[in-house]
Amino acid sequence: MRPEDIDLVVQLCAARAGLFVDPGKTYLLESRLGPVARRENFGSIDDMIAALRAKREDRLAWAIVECMASSETAFFRDRGPFNLFRDEILPTLARLRDGEPIRIWSAACGSGQEVYSLAMIIEDQRALIPGAKLELFASDLSERALEKAQSGLYTQFEIQRGLPIRQLVRHFEKADEMWALSPRIRQMVRWRRINLVADLSAAGRFDVIFCRYVLGALVEPMRARLLENLARALSPDGFLFLGLGEAAMGLSEAFQPVSGRPGLYARNPSFRAAA
Amino acid sequence: MKTCLVVDDSRVIRKVARRILEDIGFEIAEASDGMEALAWCRAAMPDAVLLDWNMPMMTGIEFLRHLRLEPGGDKPTVVFCTVENDIERIREALDCGANEYIMKPFDGDIIASKFAEAGLI
Repeated sequence: MRPEDIDLVVQLCAARAGLFVDPGKTYLLESRLGPVARRENFGSIDDMIAALRAKREDRLAWAIVECMASSETAFFRDRGPFNLFRDEILPTLARLRDGEPIRIWSAACGSGQEVYSLAMIIEDQRALIPGAKLELFASDLSERALEKAQSGLYTQFEIQRGLPIRQLVRHFEKADEMWALSPRIRQMVRWRRINLVADLSAAGRFDVIFCRYVLGALVEPMRARLLENLARALSPDGFLFLGLGEAAMGLSEAFQPVSGRPGLYARNPSFRAAA
Repeated sequence: MKTCLVVDDSRVIRKVARRILEDIGFEIAEASDGMEALAWCRAAMPDAVLLDWNMPMMTGIEFLRHLRLEPGGDKPTVVFCTVENDIERIREALDCGANEYIMKPFDGDIIASKFAEAGLI
């Protein structure tokens, strides 16, 4: 790729999604952009970028940003936050909300492992929280990620990363070479395309937000914006999960860590969301 | 140091598994079928068993049934590691007392993840 083409992609990703793309990682750029160029019927990445310059077509621009945004994930990634959700947050919220809906959001859900891990926990805990009304939402920047996530189809490699075998047996069936999540679990989740650094005022209010390993993928000025967006979308007594160690990236004034609970944050009581 | 008995009739698989497991801190013993594995266990119960299914002399599932009846045979954490990937087979293994289950092909990430699920690391 030519340096000026790389710059264009870097700037496009930062401007549209606040995404940090390292211009030095030519291999990563080419391995992500190559499949998009083929899919969009260009002879090469160079041809695709030339077309982008010439026409500034919105759809193509987003296809490029979205492919750079995707990242790998795993079921029950880091394990600890999910145990915390199951053992402390779920029972606490069930008691506090007392039958009112509890809204949970997996932001930047990627191929869906995080939100489905939460769905499996809720399904497995139902008997312990009778009367609790759980609503699960998942969003991603990428339409393609959302499509894959909604299909509930995973490779043998994917279902062996983080997913205990008893959960696999309980919630999945084999479908040719793939593993298919049961419709019961899939139907628990509502999906939407959301750009986390855009205006989130229409996204609604949530009691728990999982937004893990997103901060680190953003250009620095966008991190505070994301956190403010999340603070506005979180109910005052709600909980935010960030990736482990991500707090070092500047929590802004919106959140404070919950002591002894790695990855867990609460709204700072003094934070007042601007109208 | 925890011990893991690697049971597989393929010398190559045993070697690969040994390298991965030594890297995550296990002391390794090897057996090439269920019969040999059972003899090992009677001499010294390991903390973990990484167990193939299809082997000559005695299969993995037969070994597991015998193991769980041995004195102290309820102690080892048994992780199957096999090409068998039908859900009925997985259920059978769990019913016989397997703790975790790996479908081949595997890599270091999968072994580490599964050993963590099983509480071994």
